[in-house]
Amino acid sequence: MPAKKPKIAVFKFASCDGCQLSLLDAEDELLIVAGAVEIANFPEFSRRVLKGPYDIGLVEGSITTPHDVERVREIRKSCKILITIGACATSGGIQALRNWKDVKEYTRLVYASPEYISTLDRSMPVGSYVHVDFELRGCPINKYQLLEVLSAFLNHRKPNVPAHSVCVECKMRGTVCVMVAQGVPCLGPVTQVGCGAICPAYDRGCYGCFGPMENPNASSLGKQFVEMGLSRHEVMLAFRGFNAYSEAFRKESEAHEQ
Amino acid sequence: MNSRVIKVDQLARVEGEGGVFIKVNDGKVADVKLNIFEPPRFFEAFLRGRKYSEAPDITARICGICPVAYQMSAVHAMESAFGVTVGGQLRALRRLLYCGEWIESHVLHIYMLHAPDFLGYEDALALAKDHPEVVQRALKMKKIGNDIVALLGGREIHPINVKVGGFYRLPAKHELDGLIDRLQWGLDEAVTTAKLVATFEFPEFVTDYEFVSLRHPEEYPFNEGRFASSSGLDIAVKEYEFHFEERHVPHSNALHGFERGHGAYCVGPLARFNLNYNRLPEIARQVAEEIGLRPVVKNPFKSIIVRAIETIFAFHEALRIIREYDPPAQPAVPFVPVAGIGFGASEAPRGTLYHRYRIGDDGLIMDAKIVPPTAQNQPTIEGDLRRFVAANIAMPREELTWKVEQAVRNYDPCISCATHFVRLETT
Repeated sequence: MPAKKPKIAVFKFASCDGCQLSLLDAEDELLIVAGAVEIANFPEFSRRVLKGPYDIGLVEGSITTPHDVERVREIRKSCKILITIGACATSGGIQALRNWKDVKEYTRLVYASPEYISTLDRSMPVGSYVHVDFELRGCPINKYQLLEVLSAFLNHRKPNVPAHSVCVECKMRGTVCVMVAQGVPCLGPVTQVGCGAICPAYDRGCYGCFGPMENPNASSLGKQFVEMGLSRHEVMLAFRGFNAYSEAFRKESEAHEQ
Repeated sequence: MNSRVIKVDQLARVEGEGGVFIKVNDGKVADVKLNIFEPPRFFEAFLRGRKYSEAPDITARICGICPVAYQMSAVHAMESAFGVTVGGQLRALRRLLYCGEWIESHVLHIYMLHAPDFLGYEDALALAKDHPEVVQRALKMKKIGNDIVALLGGREIHPINVKVGGFYRLPAKHELDGLIDRLQWGLDEAVTTAKLVATFEFPEFVTDYEFVSLRHPEEYPFNEGRFASSSGLDIAVKEYEFHFEERHVPHSNALHGFERGHGAYCVGPLARFNLNYNRLPEIARQVAEEIGLRPVVKNPFKSIIVRAIETIFAFHEALRIIREYDPPAQPAVPFVPVAGIGFGASEAPRGTLYHRYRIGDDGLIMDAKIVPPTAQNQPTIEGDLRRFVAANIAMPREELTWKVEQAVRNYDPCISCATHFVRLETT
């Protein structure tokens, strides 16, 4: 009898679906991956749902409702290894912009009948409610990094996901620095690599999809932005993007809040 | 009273989180709900105070499957506020980007999300076990769409190269030319796809819908046009809110769309095909003719064939644009942002996507309204379920439940999109 295949489940919270779509976007690898594991619970892909426990759970999205707090706790119990994928699940995502506002007021403004809506004050990463075994960054994640992480956990080794800055990747690509050569504000010096440093290669500044690198010097970059002529509001906006609630970016955006 | 409930707790093979609840009392459908429990993300609220230039990147995050649609509607809305016109090759490149998204999204839906229903498989993997060549073809076709978006946009999901006025960086001619052979292959396979899905068995189920889509004088609609409907509506994009409204219902975190004076209406491939048939390229019309698909298509289960016809169009259009590509001098049209209101609408794979922004003289967004296709289709989907269950009340529960799911998937609903657009009332 062949060895039992590891069971994989994919769960979604508040998000755009893009990170789990990355799995279906791995066109060349999808059938190989699907052959190596048992896709046990992946509603976007299949109406077949196998009961847990699961060997690996991939979680996309941030936690924004009381119900989702309960749900993510149940999911944690059902997964031996829990991996969060994408900026929403690892830092609260773009919807964490609500964290600086009064959400009760927000809901009342947004919906004609606010009593139908149940929501928490803050959009939080999964890791703030349950233990997470690995956080894969990105808005969206890089599908090759996802395959690397899956393969690492299936083979009981450490994933090879670098934590250095986008600047390093620009040098490796041979991209001329947009900040030095064109005076374009760029979050590359403080942002973790993973996208392949695409923005500077397309003549624009990095806007921080992969969140803060290891030990970033965000305040120095914030100062540099001010010297380049950005208004305080613009510097605040630059750090308050798709990973707004990650600590380093949050602190720097608050430092420029007026 | 003899009461029966048909329930799908979590819809599978759709984007986002929703379910279905149908109650039948004494053989009569008493209640139908497409429940949308995807949590709201308040995009329109937090767009306030952001820079106009951020709208394409921020709104892309509403949907990982159709980010290009959000970027396109956003840039057109901003350009209409600033009085900017993007024409010529830059306009053509935007259409090319949209071709990539349509190919990626339509092929995903046809083969991975919808076809398994017609063939009795729970997913594309089960389908691949019996027909590996079919799924391999689908993946190869889908990858071409993704490669167009990745080349032009920097990456497949949430591309980074779109901005108000045009692009950050233009592709070189040789980069695009590298796609020609595969696009030619893809065009042939799209024809094969249309002929294949036309052989599926379709439930006898027709409805006189009010179809709504953009219509352009010459082109099959992507980025531009006026709103048209099967009842003869013909309005500019900026007049949209005079004719359409959204309502908040308890069982959905997405607002329901209604046409004033009509009620429910239908956007998406069926609407586009029925209202723009003569704008399709000859090859797409020939295939449609050959498989007996003529407007007006009133059976929503046949949307899978229409998606295949639109995939032919998208491959054909991508080839045309690349063959005629002559890189312009500048990647973007220069402009000065001014205070004002801008309107934009474009055709997402699932239907018309409307954006409206008010911009202050500091270039910051004062308010935003976004109406995604699936929000507009919700009342139509519920109407379909009501009629379908009423007509098939004798069907065994398990079969009927599966058919109900299939009837929802006819619309390729994008529930994340629908929920993330909730109107912010100005007080």
